[in-house]
Amino acid sequence: MSGEAHTTRDELNARRGSHLFGRMRPGGVWIATLSTLVVFGVIGFVVVNAPGFERVQEAFFHPEHFQRSIPRLAESLWVNVQMFLIAEVCILAFALLLAVMRSLPGPVFFPFRLMAISYVELFRAVPGVLVIYLLAFGVPGLRIPGLVTEAFFWGLVALVLVWSAYVAEVYRAGIESVHSSQDAAARSLGLSRLQGLRYVVLPQAVRRVIPPLLNDFIGLQKDTALVSFVGVVEVFRRSQILGGAAFNFTPYVVCALFFLLLTIPMARLVDYFAARDRRRQLAGVGGR
Amino acid sequence: MNGDRPALQVEGLYKSFGRLEVLKGIDLTVAEHEVVALIGASGSGKSTLLRCLNLLEDIDAGRIVIEGVEITGRGVDVDRVRRRIGIVFQAFNLFPHMSVIGNVTLAPRKVLRLGRVEAEERGMALLERFGLADKRDEYPDRLSGGQQQRAAIVRAMAMQPDILLLDEITAALDPELVAEVLDVIRELAAEGMTLVLATHEMGFARDVADRICFLDAGVILEQGPPAVMLSEPREPRTQQFLQRIISAGRL
Repeated sequence: MSGEAHTTRDELNARRGSHLFGRMRPGGVWIATLSTLVVFGVIGFVVVNAPGFERVQEAFFHPEHFQRSIPRLAESLWVNVQMFLIAEVCILAFALLLAVMRSLPGPVFFPFRLMAISYVELFRAVPGVLVIYLLAFGVPGLRIPGLVTEAFFWGLVALVLVWSAYVAEVYRAGIESVHSSQDAAARSLGLSRLQGLRYVVLPQAVRRVIPPLLNDFIGLQKDTALVSFVGVVEVFRRSQILGGAAFNFTPYVVCALFFLLLTIPMARLVDYFAARDRRRQLAGVGGR
Repeated sequence: MNGDRPALQVEGLYKSFGRLEVLKGIDLTVAEHEVVALIGASGSGKSTLLRCLNLLEDIDAGRIVIEGVEITGRGVDVDRVRRRIGIVFQAFNLFPHMSVIGNVTLAPRKVLRLGRVEAEERGMALLERFGLADKRDEYPDRLSGGQQQRAAIVRAMAMQPDILLLDEITAALDPELVAEVLDVIRELAAEGMTLVLATHEMGFARDVADRICFLDAGVILEQGPPAVMLSEPREPRTQQFLQRIISAGRL
């Protein structure tokens, strides 16, 4: 049991078979290396010898454009980062509210369940880019005095609305995965329904769904590029502008690399939470 | 306290799940400080009866009266009722995301609104009594089954209930861990705790119970002192049941 706690993450992953190197034996490493060289070698050979390779290299991987676009795109990336950071905080709270509404039992709460279910159905069905369009162009069109008209704001609202629907479903799956005996135990001690939810069911539910939840956040991070369609100059729009001016696609490649870089801390965060939880529950507090 | 008033009184209790009738008119009176053991085959309704007593299941008909107060009427504050009736489950149902002391102090803190220090003092006193003081900061998954079940008993006792319900609390334990849990119950019984327990441990029921009730097909078919119930039961169904238990080597 205590050996379990000292197992590294790699070993745990390998045991589950999800790790890149699986359950490879020493001899397997050589076979893997050889087969990797062959596969990538063939792909590389085909690409490099393609008739249009030099033109593509020139248009997408131009060193000068590459260097020049990095600082400018980094500057615009800040818009995306701000947007998803604010959105994520709002989504965590709003989606939790939706999920809790949906899990309230009994006939009294029927209208709340109906609202939560309809909401999720609606915003999962409509493409995110449409919601962004409708809100960012539609709401300011009302010309209500004092109302924010900025595209950034309404784009943000649209992302929160759409992704809350997904995240609410993730939360709900977590809530339902906590066995009803946990709720029974809480209620038997005199805790009210809400207290049982707050102190017993939700803490367990949220812990279980952190990986899929952060997965949704990666999706959200990428969706911040959609806000470019309503005139927000963020990193994707900026690459369009730079690319158009230079008649070159290299800024798009840089933009793609930036998005890749953004997801890496998110993925590490998932690993961290998963490992921390395993440590805690298996090793107790004594196990560091 | 009023010595004449029963701690618990059940009258004409009916409960069905869909078309399946589980309880068909249970009448049961438990005096204060009495230990009542419910025995009977699987599916005879023992667990359902205990869950009904704690209002974890809605009942279809009948009355449950605790210390003179009917708890099955309309407009009863079920949370208030549950504070007075503790239950320990077969599968422990400890909260896995909390340490032992967290499990034990949650309800006193959130329901009784005790301060952390006071709740922990109360919890530690109980943990010490049941030999779990050194486990206060462990998480349930790190404990043996017997330790988990003792922690669950402590958790229920921390609410200082008037009645404790025990739902086959040794059924999920390895045989060598059963004794440590039963010792705890023996101690509670000796102290005068009112206990209603469903059990398959006939030897234990004989030792600790003041009265044994045999449940069959949703009714209490026969009841009496352990000596009588286990050696010379009247009803053929009870005789059959005990015969099977004896041949299975559990008495």
